[in-house]
Amino acid sequence: MKMRQTKNPEKLKLAFYWAASCGGCEIAALDIDEKILDVVAVADILFWPVAIDTKYKDIEAMEDKSIDVCFFNGAIRTSENEHMAKLLRSKSKVLVAFGACAHTGGIPGLANVGSREEVFNVAYLDNPSTENPNKITPKTSIKVKEGELTLPEFYDTVKSLNQVVDVDYYLPGCPPSPELISEAIDTIVQNKLPPKGSVLAPSKSVCDECKFEKCEKKISEIKRIYEVKEVDPNKCLLEQGIVCMGPATRGGCDARCLNANMPCTGCGGPTPESSDQGAKMISALASILGVKDEEKMDEKEVEELIEKVRDPLGTFYKYALPTSLINRRVMK
Amino acid sequence: MRKKVEYTQLIHEEKKHTKAQRMTDNFEPNIIAFLCNWCAYAGADLAGTSRIKYPPNMKSIRVMCSGRVDPAFILEALKNGADGILVAGCHPRDCHYQSGNYKAKRRILLLKKLLHQLGINPSRVRFEYISASEGQRFASAVTEFVDDLKKFGPNPLSGVA
Amino acid sequence: MKIGVYICECGTNIAATVDVEKVSEYTKSLPNVAVSRFYKYMCSDPGQELIEKDIKELNLDRVVVASCSPRMHEPTFRGVLEQAGLNPYCFEMVNIREQCSWVHDDGQKATEKANALIAGAVARAAFLEPLEKKEVSVIPKALVIGGGIAGIQAALEIADKGFRVYLVERNPSLGGRMAQLDKTFPTLDCSACILTPKMVDVNRHPNIKLLTYSEVVDVQGYVGNFKVKVKKKPRYVDEAKCIGCGLCAEACRLKNRIQNEFDVGLGKRSAIYVQFPQAVPLKYTIDPEHCLTLKVGKCGDFPLCKKACDKDAINFDQKEEVVELEVGTIVVATGFDLFDPLQKPEYGYGKYGNVITGLEFERLVSASGPTGGHIEVNGRNPEKVVFIQCVGSRDKDGNEYCSRVCCMYTAKQAHLVKEKIPDAEVTIFYTDVRAFGKGFEEFYNRVQGEDVVYRRRELDDPIEVVKQGDKVVVRANGHPDTEADLVVLATGIIPRKDTKELTRILNINESADGFLLEAHPKLRPIDTFTDGIFIAGCCQSPKDIPDTVAQASAAASRVCNILSKKQLEIEATIAHVDELMCRGCGFCVEVCPYGAIKLKEVNQFGHTVEVAEVNEALCKGCGACSAACLSGAIQHHGFDDGQILAMINVLAGG
Repeated sequence: MKMRQTKNPEKLKLAFYWAASCGGCEIAALDIDEKILDVVAVADILFWPVAIDTKYKDIEAMEDKSIDVCFFNGAIRTSENEHMAKLLRSKSKVLVAFGACAHTGGIPGLANVGSREEVFNVAYLDNPSTENPNKITPKTSIKVKEGELTLPEFYDTVKSLNQVVDVDYYLPGCPPSPELISEAIDTIVQNKLPPKGSVLAPSKSVCDECKFEKCEKKISEIKRIYEVKEVDPNKCLLEQGIVCMGPATRGGCDARCLNANMPCTGCGGPTPESSDQGAKMISALASILGVKDEEKMDEKEVEELIEKVRDPLGTFYKYALPTSLINRRVMK
Repeated sequence: MRKKVEYTQLIHEEKKHTKAQRMTDNFEPNIIAFLCNWCAYAGADLAGTSRIKYPPNMKSIRVMCSGRVDPAFILEALKNGADGILVAGCHPRDCHYQSGNYKAKRRILLLKKLLHQLGINPSRVRFEYISASEGQRFASAVTEFVDDLKKFGPNPLSGVA
Repeated sequence: MKIGVYICECGTNIAATVDVEKVSEYTKSLPNVAVSRFYKYMCSDPGQELIEKDIKELNLDRVVVASCSPRMHEPTFRGVLEQAGLNPYCFEMVNIREQCSWVHDDGQKATEKANALIAGAVARAAFLEPLEKKEVSVIPKALVIGGGIAGIQAALEIADKGFRVYLVERNPSLGGRMAQLDKTFPTLDCSACILTPKMVDVNRHPNIKLLTYSEVVDVQGYVGNFKVKVKKKPRYVDEAKCIGCGLCAEACRLKNRIQNEFDVGLGKRSAIYVQFPQAVPLKYTIDPEHCLTLKVGKCGDFPLCKKACDKDAINFDQKEEVVELEVGTIVVATGFDLFDPLQKPEYGYGKYGNVITGLEFERLVSASGPTGGHIEVNGRNPEKVVFIQCVGSRDKDGNEYCSRVCCMYTAKQAHLVKEKIPDAEVTIFYTDVRAFGKGFEEFYNRVQGEDVVYRRRELDDPIEVVKQGDKVVVRANGHPDTEADLVVLATGIIPRKDTKELTRILNINESADGFLLEAHPKLRPIDTFTDGIFIAGCCQSPKDIPDTVAQASAAASRVCNILSKKQLEIEATIAHVDELMCRGCGFCVEVCPYGAIKLKEVNQFGHTVEVAEVNEALCKGCGACSAACLSGAIQHHGFDDGQILAMINVLAGG
């Protein structure tokens, strides 16, 4: 099937691709509602696996830099993801890492607590709902009587997009909010893009957009949301002892989660000056946790207090483990 | 026909090789120490003026207070290959700036939990209370730490850029 | 970026272990290093000139000196930079002595470590920024804590220079320990005679405000600007009305029933009392622990003291008062306690009535003491007096230090026994006689010439006092049993039992032996690590009166250095907020122990936002805020993230 030719060479040529992703970014692109009509008025979408039946070989056949803007979502989990990242990089003028997975590794990044072997073990061998007596796990190639069948290689470590190719812009969020996407599209169409490497979102944290009132940042203990008998509907969640990644997370999402009375989990990734989103939150949180009574607490009480933070890795590095200072658990 | 892809992943075999190189009998751990100016650094100086000997594996960074030590510093040190990190501040209730040492303690406790989840031995980060008059204690703490690290082996991240 | 690296040999202190020449060669290859030199004594004049010359001729931007501890000479070298026209904060110091050459035997490893440390410093130096020193005004007043001879001397000298002094003393009267002594060695001056004129001078001095029966409970602020809270304990006597006549004490229902602390329990007093007859101020005080009115609410039909006082000075309704003082500097002269021989049962103290301590002996032999100066046991002059030195001192299991004054005070006390009881047999069990001071050896010889028998024993040779009838016998290894009517234990000087509490209030340190820590044992014995707070007298370490007075004078001099300035330069390494990066999250506000950070509203790009602001006068430069900051907006000048990370990257990578 021939690739759809652009009727109007003046139109922007766009591509969308999903690597290791959940598909939410695809939906998010549609969440801009009617604005999608404005998009197709000025742009042709050349490649969008979820919606258009363009093949890889069609992209490979293109000349370098023939795609104006490629929105790449999803993390780099397999050799196919890496191949497509490199391919689309060479064929695109502008490559945008779309969504938390491409930006910082995202949820798939949490698999960096394990290795391929451990992931396969749970997925294919050792779980209650699998019957796999011959212990078959995916292989990169297998010879059958018809010839050789191949599968992409499943890497031990998940990477963000910029860890395999040069990325021009980032749209943070899981998924990016419709406002951010709209804004990004307008910026592209009007050719007002900021310097390369920029994140197309505000540099302030989620707190800036959050409805809750902030008083003083002193917490006497950490609670899970269900442990709080009555959540004060007006007060900062962190100040109520509920871990909220808001202060450590880039805004632009209109604090949607907070508006629904749920704490921020950090999907916007780190704020501009932060080298490591999780480390910053660890420092900040530990600084104010127990600060009122710190002179009175003995060693044991301090330890018990900190123990209440059950899963630092999952809490503070939920979306950004692959791009953190230490990007994975030590390989066994 | 789709091209076979070059695998440019962090090759953990490379890591293993470097690790094997370092894990010989001659492994000398590299320790970064954050010492607070008023207590721990002064204690370390006292060990010096008293000529108390300890192994040369520790390199110190003077900060005014252990409360200055950001967990990100410790992660950076580990990422860059340090085998152990020592953070030493004043004893509880004696912090020159009232409460910096309490913050340091809490931050490091939380950081250790994270290190454990990352498969890094949390004992590679050691938090000590050392006063300005505890020269001997300082020397002993460093000596003990070097011995411990020799048992733990080299930083498992070493070899990783 | 041009960095100059200077490596000091420090004579052989560094050069004997670290190959300084090799290090210098190595450092030439480090990035941005324009020049690298080594010299025998970098801190000396020629050494400093080397650096100054290079700064001027080579246009250096940053200087790294590898030598001793920055706690030693950082100010020295910063001064060199200033002299050469370079901002003093463009300077990084590497410790290759206290933390390298002095603690490592292996020369090669020490050299490698020095290389690595300097490489780290060079990396950090490139990120250092020029900083402006802040100036603060100085409150031209001093606080002296402690009204013993040290405090009195310091207060008088500061006051004589024209500055206002607050002298706070926890007892009802000035005088301290010296008031409890009889005659002082080696001149046998009467202690009270030389002390009381000074006490009176203090009371009369227009520049000294005396706060007796008061204690310092809180100190805030910084050099030049301390805010001190002093708790004035209620005397229950109106000081304005009391004339010190003593009729109240005569009348007191509990007269002669209460142990007199001044006489170390040997004498008795009333519930309303002065410590001693020459007390300054001569105002009576009621002891709330014993006074019937205060303790149980009623004293017979009517308190007899109130009846006796014709000035109506007694006021049982007096309350504790807390006053706030503002001072520029503080002198700590809190004195000492004495070792309690109950901890060493072998001496029989507390068991046998004729075993007493040196201070108890002083009270016995004092004319103003409980026996009017008669040395007596059970009402009679003792015939055989035995002194035992080093009780609670030079003890590897306890106080390892030497108490410095005991040899001399024992010799003096032995002399006083002979003077008052010429036929007495006086024996002194000693290990060494430390007679180091002016006139000491001569006095010791004189005492020996008075037939005082010195018997030597090793420190860990057992010695004990055992009962024999109504006498006791001192049994010491290597000596025949020595009978005694009176045994005097030369108990050693120990730190005051609330020293720890004091160090917390003042934010100063204790030494390993529990006394107060001086900034440097040789060159700064009066300073503490907290600018503006000085120590003098036995609170710093055991010493005699001449040395105490010398230290007190020194402290006064240090104080006047500061108070005579209108403006004082204080450290520039404080926190600073980049308002554009700050998101006003407020974490730093909670973390700051001094409340130095507040949120304020500013206008940024047409929006009103909150950002943090540091009060430069209150910030002490700890950096806790910087570590808690989620955006890196608040940074610690001189210790900012970029600088420390640069150092980590180099040091860890080795």
